[in-house]
Amino acid sequence: MTDTVGADRVLVRLVVNGEPASVAFAPNKTLLEVLREDLQLTGTKHGCELGECGACAVLVDGVPVLSCLTLGLACEGKAIRTIEGVANGSQLHPLQAAFADLGGSQCGYCTSGMILTSLALFEHNPQPTRDEIREALSGNICRCTGYQQIVDAVEAAAAILRQQSPVPAVSIRS
Amino acid sequence: MTPPHTVIGLPRRRVDGRAKATGQTRYADDLAMPRMVFAKLLRSPVPHARIRSISTERAASHQGVHLVLTGRDLPVPYGILPVSQDEHALCVDKVRFVGDPVALVVARDEESAADACELIDVSYEPLATIADPEEALHTQEPRIHDYGDHGNVHKMVAMQFGDVEAALADADEVFEDVFFYEGNTHLALEQHATVAYLDGDGKLVVYSSTQTPHYLHRALAKALAMPARHVRVIAAPNGGGFGGKSDPFNHEIAAAKAALILGRPVKITLTREEVFYCHRGRHPVLMKFRTGVKRDGSITGVDLQTILDGGAYGSYGVASTFYTGALQTVTYHIPKYRFRGCRVFTNKAPCGPKRGHGTPQSRFGQEVQLDRIAERLGLNPAELRLRILEHPDALTANFLHVRTIGLGECIRRVVNASAFDSRHRHMGRGRGLGLACSSYLSGAGLPIYWNDMPHSSVQLKLDRSGGVTAFCGASEIGQGSDDVLVACVAEVLGIEPFDVRAVTGDTDLTPVDLGSYSSRVTLMMGNAAIQAAERARDILAHAVGRKLDVPKNRLVFAERRVFDAENPDRGLSFRDAICTAEAMTGAVGATGSYTPPKSEARFKGGGVGPSPTYSYTAAVVEVEVDESTGWIAVPRVWVAHDIGRALNPTLARGQVEGSVYMGLGEALMEEQAYRRLPPRLSNALVHKFPSMLEYKSLTSLDMPEVFTELVENPDPAGPFGAKEVGQGPLLPIMPGVANAVYDAVGVRIDEVPITPEKVVKALADLAAGKPGRFGPASFPDVRWPDPLFVPPPWEGGTGEAINERRRDKPAPTGASRS
Repeated sequence: MTDTVGADRVLVRLVVNGEPASVAFAPNKTLLEVLREDLQLTGTKHGCELGECGACAVLVDGVPVLSCLTLGLACEGKAIRTIEGVANGSQLHPLQAAFADLGGSQCGYCTSGMILTSLALFEHNPQPTRDEIREALSGNICRCTGYQQIVDAVEAAAAILRQQSPVPAVSIRS
Repeated sequence: MTPPHTVIGLPRRRVDGRAKATGQTRYADDLAMPRMVFAKLLRSPVPHARIRSISTERAASHQGVHLVLTGRDLPVPYGILPVSQDEHALCVDKVRFVGDPVALVVARDEESAADACELIDVSYEPLATIADPEEALHTQEPRIHDYGDHGNVHKMVAMQFGDVEAALADADEVFEDVFFYEGNTHLALEQHATVAYLDGDGKLVVYSSTQTPHYLHRALAKALAMPARHVRVIAAPNGGGFGGKSDPFNHEIAAAKAALILGRPVKITLTREEVFYCHRGRHPVLMKFRTGVKRDGSITGVDLQTILDGGAYGSYGVASTFYTGALQTVTYHIPKYRFRGCRVFTNKAPCGPKRGHGTPQSRFGQEVQLDRIAERLGLNPAELRLRILEHPDALTANFLHVRTIGLGECIRRVVNASAFDSRHRHMGRGRGLGLACSSYLSGAGLPIYWNDMPHSSVQLKLDRSGGVTAFCGASEIGQGSDDVLVACVAEVLGIEPFDVRAVTGDTDLTPVDLGSYSSRVTLMMGNAAIQAAERARDILAHAVGRKLDVPKNRLVFAERRVFDAENPDRGLSFRDAICTAEAMTGAVGATGSYTPPKSEARFKGGGVGPSPTYSYTAAVVEVEVDESTGWIAVPRVWVAHDIGRALNPTLARGQVEGSVYMGLGEALMEEQAYRRLPPRLSNALVHKFPSMLEYKSLTSLDMPEVFTELVENPDPAGPFGAKEVGQGPLLPIMPGVANAVYDAVGVRIDEVPITPEKVVKALADLAAGKPGRFGPASFPDVRWPDPLFVPPPWEGGTGEAINERRRDKPAPTGASRS
């Protein structure tokens, strides 16, 4: 159920990075725009706004979606996870640390989408091969790295996560 | 005693790595400000026309619209090169390509601005359009610009170093080959964005995705007719640049003008389609190499001609033109050399600098031709190259001063790693290996505009917190320039990188660095940072030495301490050292600067090509070619790069792998190509595929395994011996692919990109008994001006042209077909 606010806005309830949020916005706004413009979560990027580059990937109920192709309106009641909700407080998620340490980020513009897509991969495959990592990230374009250090980072993070507790550092589904 | 490096040379998290992995990095479009309004550009749908009239009344009265600007509001032209001041932020009387902006609308939101753009009526008087160099050379009127060498020829250059015709006559064999390199674009993931506003004190601030804040600063001051000291440019971290954010752009200037008028923040963010039309990417280049060789492989002379399709504006094009002919000689010893290059205007998006700037095109031709030469002479392609390498410390025929050369080592490494000698020509049908080499600048020897000031400066502030702030105008575009700055300062001062804060790319706060282009930042900013840090260290050493009564040259800076080398317990913490100095002599700060050495090339045009030192790369590419479809798979690439010294090996490797990636895109699929709409639709020249889906680039699945070797032979010119790594490793990839395809299926694709249909066509020709080649048939008979004649050093040349004064003007007609 969605409420309308005045003539040109809808009120949508989301759970963003574990916190409930009620946001009023024009009904034609994409999730990308709602996150960046209405919730000031600018860590989610855009490279085309046409679903072609993967920079805007976020998790909706744990599933990676292109936020530029998703209407904010369609997210009523859903749990959204963005890059801002990946670290555990000030402690980086192993994926974030690995991207920073191993050259997974150069300009950094694809990084948010890469990390969230990798998180979703780990959900169903905690021990991905390099080919499985490449497959999972094949919708995310990176123009800087040649992908190799990104795959290195995801592989390293998966190894660290397996050594740690079986529960990921932060769970949005609690 | 020099302690071992504790920062330099060690793999390390880059200083901006955490911010990027947490989404905290603030790119230009991430900035939001109170009262911010949004701008959209109305762009021309026609490729070449006079503007008869623009009517903005309906747009201006549209709901939510605050301002509409047209060319009349911004009459002052600008451009990146002083010789090509040919752009207006908004077209004044003429449009020159589809996408040329004619009006700016500022409104409460993007949607209202876009809607209002549709309400602007522009009356165009169409002009004949020029689609390619052939048409440009043959069309005197209409001229796309009323400046340039003549007709639609923007620039012709001709220079000769020794008697090349005699050298070719002397050769045992002369090879003549024509190649074409299609244009392609940067495709940085971040779309260009700018936020312009007036600060509380009324001065203009422009926050923008730019690689060159200093040049943007100059262009804004000029185009807005206001003093540069009242304009502040802040280069936001760039979401990728690759050369595509190196020009001052119309959207930056128009948004700034709007902010000045409205007194409120104005943001403009380009759509992906607009980014394709902003372009400034790789020039399409048609080229002809005539190369004379002796039977042992030594080159007697090279005669190179290039034609560049410049698109609609000058941009960096004059420099690009020279670059197509500048760096052949620093790789291989070429005793006599002639280069003639020509850039034409066409009614397409302007070309400019893309990673490798002007050099990948002719590098492609040269390296593919060398593969042919090796085969004809019965030499292994690696052996041929090793025989003809230029020597360290050589002064080349065109007066470029080479310093260290690690190319021989690079060749040996990739040859060994790929088992090239045993596998080349022996892999069986459909599989092949290709070798190619290259060299690149570590920074241009001259700035864009003539001046004798430093190219990079660094300022350090040390304070009683024990922290150091490093200020530099360099801009972080993903290549890791902030990391280089911090690493150099931390290393010299013996502190941790985390103790140093980098403040960069802000024309109010930071001393000038010319920008992130021409692979200049590591070498130039690095040297400036070292000088500043050494001066700061000297201030601290002076104070600590006095306080502890130790000769200052005996003090060691390491582990966040300053201590006596002969008695390490006797010392101060770094923080106390600063406090001591501050108490003794006042605030502690230091500056450092870097200016490249003067070039020996003193002829006109000799300003393009000189560099403090050159990097070298060798690569072996492996391909698998499906003969029925022409599909080329690249399973493996071996690349070795002569980097001098890797300051942060993790980042250096990333630059090499990223270059290989981008090179493979150019080799196999990327094309900034145009098509004509039918005449009833204005005959426009439009981009064939201005979207990321259709402009093909490699995904993670297409990317081969890359085996990277960094060859470290410290170069005296570089900071801690470092040379560039951001551009050079791209260069050998495209010819490496072409040579590998030949090894695999025996056809020569003398054209980039090497697409499946070209392979199939060449294979069909081969099967029909014709030459198995796909590529341009001929090179136009250009009426070149008489070349500048510069005798090479070994003929007693001084670096000056002996005929500079009586140089003839080019003939009025550009070309005739042979």
